Amino acid sequence: MHEYSIVASLIDRVQHEAIAHGGTRVHRLHVKIGELSGVEVDLLKTAFDTFRERTICAGAELAIDTVTPAWACPSCNRSLAPGAILRCDDCGRPARMVQGDEIILERIEMEAPDV
Amino acid sequence: MCETCGCGDPEIVPIEVQERILSDNDAQAAHNRSHFQGLGVLAINLMGSPGAGKTAVLEATSKAAAGRLKLGAVSGDLATERDADRLNAAGIVSSTITTGSACHLDARLVHHALHHFPSSDRDIFFIENVGNLVCPAIYDLGQAANVVTLSVTEGEDKPLKYPVMFQKADLVLLTKVDLIPHLDFDIAAVEDALAHVMPGANMLKVSAKTGEGIDAWLQWLEERRPAAVEQPPEARAHHLPEHSHEHPHEHH
Repeated sequence: MHEYSIVASLIDRVQHEAIAHGGTRVHRLHVKIGELSGVEVDLLKTAFDTFRERTICAGAELAIDTVTPAWACPSCNRSLAPGAILRCDDCGRPARMVQGDEIILERIEMEAPDV
Repeated sequence: MCETCGCGDPEIVPIEVQERILSDNDAQAAHNRSHFQGLGVLAINLMGSPGAGKTAVLEATSKAAAGRLKLGAVSGDLATERDADRLNAAGIVSSTITTGSACHLDARLVHHALHHFPSSDRDIFFIENVGNLVCPAIYDLGQAANVVTLSVTEGEDKPLKYPVMFQKADLVLLTKVDLIPHLDFDIAAVEDALAHVMPGANMLKVSAKTGEGIDAWLQWLEERRPAAVEQPPEARAHHLPEHSHEHPHEHH
C-alpha cells in the first residue's frame, strides 16, 4: 500500500506550493497516473480522502487523469500494438515506453487572495 | 481567476507544477547514486516475492565469489534481522533496514543505512528489498540495476500479473530451478510472459541449492562493474574533498 506514502509526498508538495504562492485553501489537484506506474487509482483516492483532513488539502478534490501505456521502437519509432511482445519486429530492438508510467502532479487550483 | 471549471472565482488560481510526485525520493536516489559511483561500487536493487529466494541467491553468490569480490548488502525486513544475520554468516558484510509496516524501501532509508554501513570498500552492494512484487518497483534507490527473483513455485504467469515490477527489471533470476523435475513448470511459458512485459527480456536460471547458473549470474554482475568503477567526474567532485550534504553525518 504505497499509495499512502505517495499521498503523503503529494500533500507535502502542495503545502510547499501553497506557502510559496500565498494559498489559503486548495480546491482541486490535477494528477496524472500511468496504468503502468504501479499506482492504483482507487487506492490513491482512498488514501487522499483519509490524509487530506487537517491539511491544506482538506475538502479538496483529486482529479486523476489516467494514461494508457504506449511503446515504440527506439530506432525506427514504430509504435507497438497493445499487448504485443516488447521488441520491434523490424529492428529487433527492445521497445521503449513512450507513456504509461507517470506519477505526476500537474496543477493545483487554490485560493490565493494576494496573487 | 478560476478558468478550469468556469466558476470565474477571482481568488482561485491555477498553479502549474508538472513534476513527479516522488521528486523528493528521486533527488535522494540521485544522491545515493553519486555515493555508489564515488565509491566505485556496483549497486543492485534485488526484488521479488517473499520466499522467492533473494537471500539464498546472495548466499550462493557469496560462496561462488569468495576471494574474488567483496560483497555488501542491506536487507529490508519488516520486523527481523534474520536476513542480514544469514548474509553476514555467508561472508557478505550486511546490515538491516527494519521498515516496520512499510512495504518497500525508499531512497531515504537506503541513504541512512549507507551512512551507518560498516564497510566502504565493497565491489558489489546488494539492496535486498522487502519481499513484495508491487511497491518496491516504484521507488528509485540509486541502484545501477534492478534484478527480480522469480521462483519456479510461483507460476509462469507472475510477470503478467505484476507487469510493473518486471518492466523495471534489467534481469530476472528464475530461482529454485532444481525443483523443476518435481513441478509442472513450463520455462517457455514464463519466457513468453516476460517478453510481453519486459523490454529486452533477460532471464537466467539459477539454483542456490545446486549452484546451477550462479556463475552466469556472477558474470552478468562482472560485466556491469566497469561502468560502476569508472567514476564520472561529477561523482568524484561531489564527494572529494569536501562533501556537500544538507545534513550532518559521519562516514564510516
